Amino acid sequence: MFAPIEDLYRLAPELVLCTFGILVMLAEPFVPRKRSGLVAFLALLGAGAALAATRLSWAHPGTAFYGLVRVDDFSIFLHFVVGAVAVLVILGSRDYLEREGLHRGEFYALVLFATAGMGVMVSAQELVTAFIGLEISSISSYILASFRRNVPKSNESAMKYFLLGSFATSFFLYGVALVYGATGTTLLSRMDSASGNPTLLRLGLGMIFIGLAFKVASAPFQLWTPDVYEGAPTPVTALLSSGPKAAAFALLLRIFDTVFAASQLWVWAIWVSAALTMFAGNLAALVQSNVKRMLAYSSIAHAGYILVAFAARNEIGTAAVLFYLVAYALMKLGAFTMVTHLGGEGERRLEINDYAGLGSQQPAAAAFLTLYLFSLLGLPVTAGFLGKFYIFNAALKSHLVWLAVLLAINTVISAYYYLRVIVVMYMREPQKEWAATPIPRAVGLVLVLTAAGTLYLGLFPNYLMEFATQSAVLPR
Amino acid sequence: MPLLDHLWIIPSLPLLGAALNGLFGARWPKRWVDVVGVGTTGLAFAATLELIREFAHLRADQVPWSKSYLTWIGAGNFRAGFDLQVDQLTIVMLLVVTGVGWLIHIYSTGYMAHEGGYYRFFAEMNLFTFFMLTLVMAANFVLLFVGWEGVGLCSYLLIGFFFLRKSAADAGKKAFIVTRIGDFGFTLGILLIFWVFGSVDYATVFNRAAGMPVENAGQPGVLTSISLLLLAGAIGKSAQLPLYVWLPDAMEGPTPVSALIHAATMVTAGVYMVARAHILYSHAPIAMTTVAVIGGLTALYAATIGLVQTDIKRVLAYSTVSQIGYMFLACGVGAFSAGIFHLMTHAFFKALLFLAAGSVIHAMGGEQDMRRMGGLRKQIPWTYWTMLLATLSISGAPLFAGFFSKDKILFETAVSLYGGRVLWAIALVAALLTAFYMFRLIFLTFHGAPRYDAHATHVHESPKNMLAPLVVLAVLSVVGGWVAAPALSGGADYFEIYLAPVFAKSSALLATAGGETESRTLELQLMGVAVGLATLGFLVAWWFYIRRPQTPEWLAETFHAPYKLLLNKYYVDELYNLAIIRPIGWISTRLLWQVVDEGAIDGSVNGVAHTARRLGSRLRVLASGNTRSYAAWVLVGAVLLLGLLLWPLLGMVR
Amino acid sequence: MIPTSHYLFLSLALFTIGVIGVLTRRNVIIILMSIELILNAVNINLVAFSRMFGNVNGQIFAIFVITDAAAEAAVGLGIIIAFFRNRPTVLADEMDILKW
Repeated sequence: MFAPIEDLYRLAPELVLCTFGILVMLAEPFVPRKRSGLVAFLALLGAGAALAATRLSWAHPGTAFYGLVRVDDFSIFLHFVVGAVAVLVILGSRDYLEREGLHRGEFYALVLFATAGMGVMVSAQELVTAFIGLEISSISSYILASFRRNVPKSNESAMKYFLLGSFATSFFLYGVALVYGATGTTLLSRMDSASGNPTLLRLGLGMIFIGLAFKVASAPFQLWTPDVYEGAPTPVTALLSSGPKAAAFALLLRIFDTVFAASQLWVWAIWVSAALTMFAGNLAALVQSNVKRMLAYSSIAHAGYILVAFAARNEIGTAAVLFYLVAYALMKLGAFTMVTHLGGEGERRLEINDYAGLGSQQPAAAAFLTLYLFSLLGLPVTAGFLGKFYIFNAALKSHLVWLAVLLAINTVISAYYYLRVIVVMYMREPQKEWAATPIPRAVGLVLVLTAAGTLYLGLFPNYLMEFATQSAVLPR
Repeated sequence: MPLLDHLWIIPSLPLLGAALNGLFGARWPKRWVDVVGVGTTGLAFAATLELIREFAHLRADQVPWSKSYLTWIGAGNFRAGFDLQVDQLTIVMLLVVTGVGWLIHIYSTGYMAHEGGYYRFFAEMNLFTFFMLTLVMAANFVLLFVGWEGVGLCSYLLIGFFFLRKSAADAGKKAFIVTRIGDFGFTLGILLIFWVFGSVDYATVFNRAAGMPVENAGQPGVLTSISLLLLAGAIGKSAQLPLYVWLPDAMEGPTPVSALIHAATMVTAGVYMVARAHILYSHAPIAMTTVAVIGGLTALYAATIGLVQTDIKRVLAYSTVSQIGYMFLACGVGAFSAGIFHLMTHAFFKALLFLAAGSVIHAMGGEQDMRRMGGLRKQIPWTYWTMLLATLSISGAPLFAGFFSKDKILFETAVSLYGGRVLWAIALVAALLTAFYMFRLIFLTFHGAPRYDAHATHVHESPKNMLAPLVVLAVLSVVGGWVAAPALSGGADYFEIYLAPVFAKSSALLATAGGETESRTLELQLMGVAVGLATLGFLVAWWFYIRRPQTPEWLAETFHAPYKLLLNKYYVDELYNLAIIRPIGWISTRLLWQVVDEGAIDGSVNGVAHTARRLGSRLRVLASGNTRSYAAWVLVGAVLLLGLLLWPLLGMVR
Repeated sequence: MIPTSHYLFLSLALFTIGVIGVLTRRNVIIILMSIELILNAVNINLVAFSRMFGNVNGQIFAIFVITDAAAEAAVGLGIIIAFFRNRPTVLADEMDILKW
């Protein structure tokens, strides 16, 4: 029995990604070492084709494969996000891999597979499918984190990510089993109507939440983040901090919006988690001296901000989450790409103090990094400002005034460590001589795209916001 | 009405200049950078003049004239756009920002001529002008906030202009933390506005607020909260107590920056904001009183510190803090137009003072310590005479610009419901001290014997492109107040009449609330007292810095017999010194400057940062690096979360 | 017939043993095995529920979980080997270059 062609359209992005992933692996032995750029190009083509396929599947909204996946504005929005992340990561990592002598086809294949997994996650309508998507993306990223095989930090990062990730996934899985036990189905759309055991259902959803909260790095499940982000190869860190986080938030939204009416308790749980996450990220980031680790803590803080919008539990909040995910992906990818480039061979230039004098030595690099940091901080005319603004808006609409105040306090705290980098770049004399390597073209393209996106969303957010608002309406 | 339909042109001009100089300036000859930097600002000034002409033709019901260009943020029923508006208040601010800004740009072509990063300097100055214009033309609070943050950012960039060669990063840090504290309050204020009024547009917010009852001082309500939160931002930006500490440190930047940002424009943004939101304030008596008290205390406090400073720019910095205190005082007592009036005249004479000080520093080859100056009057006469006029103006010498505005504030303070004799007396003492420290500056710098090494220092008058702005500003410092002059003889105060439509609602409100009626005789009496005290300040300064250095020797040599008597007089002088000047000096140096300023305020600022960092260090210990402890935290979180979720269900079982 | 709750308690016990294993054992391979135990606890749940509802969804799910566990073990062991090449230890407590 073959699936109807419509169903294939609805799964087109994932099919394209997997096909290209396999093609990349197959093609690699045939490509001579000197032309290794071809493999990267093929992977880029795959990611681009996935975006095109997303456009194609947009024209065919509806469920596919007996209701396992669903194409709606929400899943399309996030498909565009994860697809774009894949494009930018592939563009940004080639020069890094060459520099570090790691250039192998598997890297790109794994990025494509991970993206496919995220794609499944964001369109899943059923828990087993969601789980499979989660595992495809997680297992790919465990391997990616260990990609610098000969570097102990990378090994350790992968090891921690793997152990803790599997541990958290097992919670997720156990939760799925309990939900299945409570309702007799794993289809999200049927769960509400199924009369089940409320205790079991609540317990199951709680455990699912834990599994996903781990993926988005919200407190108290966030402790792995800095270690893993610091040790992983920087392009992988860029991927980890943007793509899987978007996908996991999407799944959270999908489950919570489809399955049940928000109970007061959940709002409380998310409230506490959001507050803890913001403080845990920002306070710890204050005392970091390593840029990568500082950005890792900052990404915890940002997960907290997104949780604030999530806690609003309304469509404005969902739209704010979606908008912020885009803004966040742009600025984080840009920042990590810049850190990748500045790190130099062997990723040695990673201390904040190593950036001293960057403002006068490499003005372009410093200017880009400054823009990303401003956006992360949320200064006006950047995407980060509007993202935060929409979150504030959503929180206030739901009368989460104190959470909004905590968010404001956290913004103030975060100013200190973001601005410290800028102060060091522009106002300190360099301690050591660092070779100023020119920015490679592909990396430059990533920087220009992310910077332009950051500014564009800062000035003209409406188009994206309309799309996000439209996507925020999830079918119950 | 071409320009009224295209308000965006005015802020865009400096932005264009910033973009051109920022992108291409590095490769351009200096001449082109000048033309672009000065030219765009000059065009903005010209456009402002044209705007005023067109604005004059508008009917009263068309004001405030606002234009929406783009919807920037739209979310549900919320909308904030790049909306600009013009009313009389905006016009005054536009004139100050573009006019004084333009003069300072011209001056900079001379002052910065030998500095590296010339194009960058102009790009940043233009960018600053752009944000300042955005701030004053914004028609909603969010856009205001954009300008607000933007000017702060540019200010930091420009202070940092010399940072590569001066290790003053700590000062920068302080500036940032302090203004951040203020901006935090400001952000909350805007959020609260949005929450209460459902909009951030001036028109909507102010109309709704005008319809609300005046809040009882005993039961402060939401308007009081909004006003106080906004005030926190204003205090940070305008360097008022207790968040003023960053301003004197900001003097590390190039002098034109000090003139433009830290005297004429940015620091007055807080005053502008309070005046703009006057409806909110006039409905919140507690906020009004707070504004007035903070303003009055700052005026006095900063003036006492100004007495003992020896760095020429620091004297001016504390003087700025003190003068902005006057403006806050005026707003706090409900005399918004008087505050804006002082803002304008202050922009003239304070910009002039800074530019002239820059000229002095330029002449002295970088020396800023007044103790190593003296007798410069002959060498740099243009600088001397212009600076003297500015000093007369700030001291409140009759018929100078500063006289009219300061007098207006003193009078309004004395008669207003929110003012009173105590605040009036405080402001008066501050006026006395102002005259003293300003003439002390003049005497130490320009009079007496030279105290510098005449061979090592080649004192030279500044080039024409620096002197021309000085002269223009000097003229303005003299005549700038004459728009209010007829009021003296019982005529009309044109400035107040011009601004009256803007503040009409608040004025009506305050008039119904009571307060002493204005009386011409009372005004003249109060004016007499103020002028008398200013003269006293001048005389004391003269006695100390001109008369006294020679007095003892001359007396001792010429009149040996009456020497004792005169010596007794000298004792009186000494006694006076010991009993009054010394304690004041001691209080301002030891107590206010060193203990309060550097100890308490710096300490608490650093303390907050320190606490946060310590918390951070505690938290990072959680990330011990041990995988199993991470897993344990996952379990702890799981147990807590599941416990929270199951709690009510367990209760059901029981 | 054995009631479903019995299976659930068995599964819960297995789950708890797995969690305790993750938290208390130092050898990463044993931690990996403990995680596999948790997955098996899930499987028992799924199969038990499947029998209770009389549909096969749970059993199919269990097969997916087994497949996933295999993939995870393969990748996990690979990571452990890569780690062991650079630093000859399999003790979780000694993996602490990255901290704070």
